[in-house]
Amino acid sequence: MSGIEEHTDMSFVRGEMLSEAAPPRSGDGMLHWVRRNLFSSWINAIATLIAIYIVISILIPAVDFVLIDGVWQGGGRKVCLTQAQGGAQPNGWFGGCFAYVRTYFPQFIYGLYPIPQRWRVDVVFVLFFASLAPLLVPAAPFKRANIIFMLVVFPVTAFVLLTGGHVGWNGFLIAGSALGRSFPAFVVDYLILTAVIMGIAYAIVRGTQGNPKPVLLSIGVVMAVLLVLVAITAIDFGLPYVETARWGGLLVTLVIAVTGIAVSLPLGIVLALGRRSVMPIVRLFSIIFIEFWRGIPLVTVLFMASVVLPLFLPDGVNFDKLVRALVGVAMFSSAYMAEVIRGGLQAIPKGQYEGAKALGLSFWQMMGNVVLPQALKIVIPGIVNTFIGLFKDTTLVLIIGLFDFLGQIQASFSDSDWATPVQAITAYSFAAAVYFVFCFSMGQYSRYMERRLDTGHRS
Amino acid sequence: MALQDVSRNAGPPKVAFFNDPKIRGWAYQIVLLAIVVYIVVVGLENMFANLRAAHIASGFGFLEDTAGFSVSQALIPYTQGDSTYLDVYLVGLLNTLLVSIIGIVCATILGFIVGVCRLSRNFLVRGVASVYVEVFRNIPLLLHIFIWYFGVLRLLPSPRDSVSLGVFGLLNNRGMFVPRPVFGALSWIPILAFVVGIVASMVLLRRAKAHQMRTGERRPIGKWVAALVLGLPIVAFFIAGLPLSFDLPKLGTFRPTGGTTVLPELISLFLALASYTAAFIAEIVRAGILSVSTGQTEAAYSLGLRPRTTLRLVVIPQALRVIIPPLTSQYLNLTKNSSLAVAIAYPDLVSVFAGTALNQTGQAVEILMMTMLTYLAISLITSAGMNWYNAKMSLAER
Repeated sequence: MSGIEEHTDMSFVRGEMLSEAAPPRSGDGMLHWVRRNLFSSWINAIATLIAIYIVISILIPAVDFVLIDGVWQGGGRKVCLTQAQGGAQPNGWFGGCFAYVRTYFPQFIYGLYPIPQRWRVDVVFVLFFASLAPLLVPAAPFKRANIIFMLVVFPVTAFVLLTGGHVGWNGFLIAGSALGRSFPAFVVDYLILTAVIMGIAYAIVRGTQGNPKPVLLSIGVVMAVLLVLVAITAIDFGLPYVETARWGGLLVTLVIAVTGIAVSLPLGIVLALGRRSVMPIVRLFSIIFIEFWRGIPLVTVLFMASVVLPLFLPDGVNFDKLVRALVGVAMFSSAYMAEVIRGGLQAIPKGQYEGAKALGLSFWQMMGNVVLPQALKIVIPGIVNTFIGLFKDTTLVLIIGLFDFLGQIQASFSDSDWATPVQAITAYSFAAAVYFVFCFSMGQYSRYMERRLDTGHRS
Repeated sequence: MALQDVSRNAGPPKVAFFNDPKIRGWAYQIVLLAIVVYIVVVGLENMFANLRAAHIASGFGFLEDTAGFSVSQALIPYTQGDSTYLDVYLVGLLNTLLVSIIGIVCATILGFIVGVCRLSRNFLVRGVASVYVEVFRNIPLLLHIFIWYFGVLRLLPSPRDSVSLGVFGLLNNRGMFVPRPVFGALSWIPILAFVVGIVASMVLLRRAKAHQMRTGERRPIGKWVAALVLGLPIVAFFIAGLPLSFDLPKLGTFRPTGGTTVLPELISLFLALASYTAAFIAEIVRAGILSVSTGQTEAAYSLGLRPRTTLRLVVIPQALRVIIPPLTSQYLNLTKNSSLAVAIAYPDLVSVFAGTALNQTGQAVEILMMTMLTYLAISLITSAGMNWYNAKMSLAER
């Protein structure tokens, strides 16, 4: 104490600025980051070295296979054989034969679809992706019009373009026997059917003391639209008929995956509602249906669709092989879809159901206007994941003799012009890359939606 | 006024019977039942008519007939021309179970390792694990199988230039040739010793646990358990006079002789199933570990538990509760996916029974029904066990 008082002339405040001290030697910079993240302990250092080894031992042969040793030009197996095998490459060469993939590329996309008609497939692809893209972007406008286009206009257009249209519809009720196989007979029978449905609906609505007018009007509109769509498929546009046996490659993969998802979504909603229904028989049937399809492998489903399904149909009725596979895939994926949607229905708080009921909404009004819009929004990621699974599962149709993308690749191995030891591994790496791009981008989209829909508040 | 009205109509409201939701519900259900029954009856009628027209006798009598084809791998005795279709079914089922079980074991181990690596603080380790998961789960399983079978195993040398794996045998494009154990007459002694050791150590562990519960004292019994489980069988093995020897495969002129052959189909199917499913299991494990809130770890640390003890007693038991249900469904998926064996002709249930036997007999309905019911039974039994486990493990919440 006394010491300070004695030296009152000493200043306690520094007069000049201190120069900056150098940072601690290992406190920053890349070296520090490496040391802290990769070599923090002995175990960590060993793990880092193993990881580096794995990366190097995969990356270098892969780059070698594709870029350095890969053959991209040439017209025959000679360019992809070593000298010892009678080819042009030096001995010990091991590279991808991408010249073969390039030659076969059109077949991998279209299968054996007639070459002059392939523009039809192109138009379908463009239409599909052009109408899908704005659906996936949340900010894009005209969602409702887009969905209607996707669900009503696109399927009919795609059907007419891919098969050629000009379907020979014929009568199925009274006029069918009177007028024989003709489109007018079909129209007459269709009108009879419409009248019968309207009559039943009128009776029910009058019986429950409701107003029949709007019900009849909506039935009429739906039936008229359906008739127009059916009529379009019957028109002869001059497109040659292309049988499904000639379809193949990516075309078949996309047809199966998209049809599967389009059928399984509504069917899945119905099954999910059925499983949560209070009616015991409806619930029992839904549970049996869902658990049956989820419990068996898709291969047996496809076997059943191709071998047993024709047995259950009356004599003379025969489905196309592709349609049979589609039925199997749709049933299978709708069971999985039902479980995804059930998860969404369970996530909606009870208050929403009770609030809707308290407002006096009927069951379908409650589901259609209150519960399902919320539930479906939550499960968009789950739906996309189901679609990824379905997309990968389409490869199984090659087991029952359809040529999807992988099946077409497998079929191209029989061409002796390109038979080399590296053919299989080249084709498979190409196929793996294509599937990876499709599935990975869908997965990223699903994650993006998950983040977007995660509002942070949970009920 | 209003009050009076309400009290007068206090009874149930009078509604016409067709407006009663209960009666309506039953009406809908009866209509649904009628439709389903109609479809089933018409379908069955068509089926019997079609079968009659094709001169196929229905029924399961064909199971007693002898099968005139050979099977490349059978875990039970099977001879062509002597065994029945029922034997074919059993051979296929056992082969399915074989590849499923070894696939499940390896997928679980690999999946847990990758899942933990995904959470590593080491940037490189995390990156490699993430790339593994993304690449393996975004490529169809069938393509995995084809890559292993046609792409990799076909590139192996011919039997003449087999790759030697040392004591593990030989590897070539006909498969893997591994040593076959030959059991001597007294080999039951070490097996019995092993069983005795396990039972004894279980008793020991229970008593030690009871002691700890009573007094809080831990008995050091690790050494004793090790001695009982490992030491006892080894000692018994020597006492019985080394009753086990191995028949080693040797290079032959066309194919190696001796030993046991592991089919290339089995190897590629197993590798594809295990590596594909491991990617999904890794994601499940990651989600499970992340689901345990950091507060749990912090609380354990503040109680003075060491990191390893925290992991063992606090984090893992809680993570397992989240991990086990989706893990079971992955196991079921692997078992169902093993049916892709048909694409490379590994003799599993679908390939050998729903494939070859179906083509030989033409009994499509019966054979596919048996196959489907078998898979369905496996699924339902596993889910039942799963539900039991879930009920046992679920948190007793207030």
